[in-house]
Amino acid sequence: MEPLEITERIKERFPDEVLDVIEFREQLAVVIKKERIVELCRWLHDEPDLGFDYLKDICGVDYLGKKPVRFEVVYTLYSLRHRHMLRLKAAVSEDAAYIDSVVPVWIGANWHERECYDMYGIRFNGHPDLSRVLMPEDWEGHPLRKDYPEGGPEREWQGFQEVLDKAQKLKEFSWKG
Amino acid sequence: MEGIEKPLQTKELTVSMGPQHPSTHGVLRLVLELDGETVVKCTPHVGYLHRGVEKLAEGMTYLQALPLSDRLDYISSMSNNVGYCLAVERLFGIEAPDRAKFIRTIVCEMTRISSHIIWVATHALDLGAMTVFLYSFREREWLLDLFEMLCGARLTVSYPRIGGVRNDVSQEFLDSLYKFTDEFPKRIEEYETLIDKNRIWLGRTKGIGVISAEEAINWGLSGPVLRGSGVDYDIRKRFPYDAYDRVDFDVPLGRNGDVYDRYRCRMEELRQSVRIIRQCIERLPRGPVMTPDAPKFTLPPKERVLADMESLIHHFVLITKGPMAAPEGEIYVATEVPKGELGFYIVSDGTGKPYRMRVRAPSFVHVSLLPRLCEGGLVADVVANIGTIDIVLGECDR
Repeated sequence: MEPLEITERIKERFPDEVLDVIEFREQLAVVIKKERIVELCRWLHDEPDLGFDYLKDICGVDYLGKKPVRFEVVYTLYSLRHRHMLRLKAAVSEDAAYIDSVVPVWIGANWHERECYDMYGIRFNGHPDLSRVLMPEDWEGHPLRKDYPEGGPEREWQGFQEVLDKAQKLKEFSWKG
Repeated sequence: MEGIEKPLQTKELTVSMGPQHPSTHGVLRLVLELDGETVVKCTPHVGYLHRGVEKLAEGMTYLQALPLSDRLDYISSMSNNVGYCLAVERLFGIEAPDRAKFIRTIVCEMTRISSHIIWVATHALDLGAMTVFLYSFREREWLLDLFEMLCGARLTVSYPRIGGVRNDVSQEFLDSLYKFTDEFPKRIEEYETLIDKNRIWLGRTKGIGVISAEEAINWGLSGPVLRGSGVDYDIRKRFPYDAYDRVDFDVPLGRNGDVYDRYRCRMEELRQSVRIIRQCIERLPRGPVMTPDAPKFTLPPKERVLADMESLIHHFVLITKGPMAAPEGEIYVATEVPKGELGFYIVSDGTGKPYRMRVRAPSFVHVSLLPRLCEGGLVADVVANIGTIDIVLGECDR
């Protein structure tokens, strides 16, 4: 299906959800509201002539100071059957930094959503195990946010001191003691 | 004899496998809950190699960020570079010249061979067949020598550049590579003789870690892990990049989606890679290896910088300000690297630096599959399951 046909279908079915359609270098991005994301994804997945059965990627983007709504969660979808691609972008505001999880639709979304939570602090409601994946569990802050300094926070991660203490203790270990 | 009368007490045992374990292929930690020999629960812990590549890229120009892609999957750095360059080229709206496209295809396939033979070597080593390891590292050495001849580096190459490749190939390199493609099919047969009909190998791979086609698609798997389940999805065929639409090759598919089928897929891919390289060498066109738009994106040759004012200015501007500002927009470009689908999603805000660079790494998705593969199986098969998804933690953690 042609990219523009896909957007027409989405607009037809979810007229109130679509905020914007952007085309750049023959790639299509549809900006949507976050409320009915699961319903929309389920429909995209199940509808026979759309058939977006393959989730390539989910990631967050932080538009601090650039856009009125701070975050976007970007879903890159592909249909193995019909060979067409679509990018969904759900706008997520800073004070309500949550969105519904699409794990019921594509199970592969699990770790992508965990990473998005880890890096941006966007919560995914209904996710089976929403915990940090790349950063340590007791890490403070979300590194990929634009207001997070590139060199890391001023304070040291508290786990680091624990590791040093443990190493020191092991060094001093003796059979007698 | 009271003890015999009592019913046997059993309890589940928690075993921490890794992060330092020879079979986890890097710093991966699995927490296994065992009921006897059966794995009840498997929880992967990753992030030990997290270097914040995506954050680092935001502070760099498009040129500077290229070496970051080397360090993702450090045993197939050529393919990662090509993936990054294609994404940036697509963003800028430029295209590499024909000769560069063929050269990139050649180096990508060389990388695929080198990555797959490391995979078969270590996978077989994990499952108790040590000889393959010694054989396949001989061929890998040959390939690394060729990379060294090509660009001076063996592992982290940064040879493909935005708009082409760093330098042209020499006749000596092409001759040696052609000789390699003559020899290599015989070597593949050698590996296969060692393990293909080995009863231990068959026993440890057939029917282990089965994943059906529907499930594999739903999980978002890619590369040989997806094709082992019989799903015909190869980005080289679906979205041909570089010279892949001008060469003939087949996409090997598995049927049962078990460890054995994924092994067969990769072995066949080795043969197809040889086919692609041969065709590329035979049809290698003449011409430049860098696009004529190059001054805006890439550094001029050193001898010109020293001799000619214009080049010196270009060099200075590129280093201090970065390449010409990219148009505002966003792009997702995927390439087929040895491990699967490597996607770069770049958001540009119209400056010389990426506003957001997302790396969709195949290993990250595949590690998340591990609980599905391991749970309910035997603890001995955990090693087979880690091996079969072919992960590199540098890419998983980024």
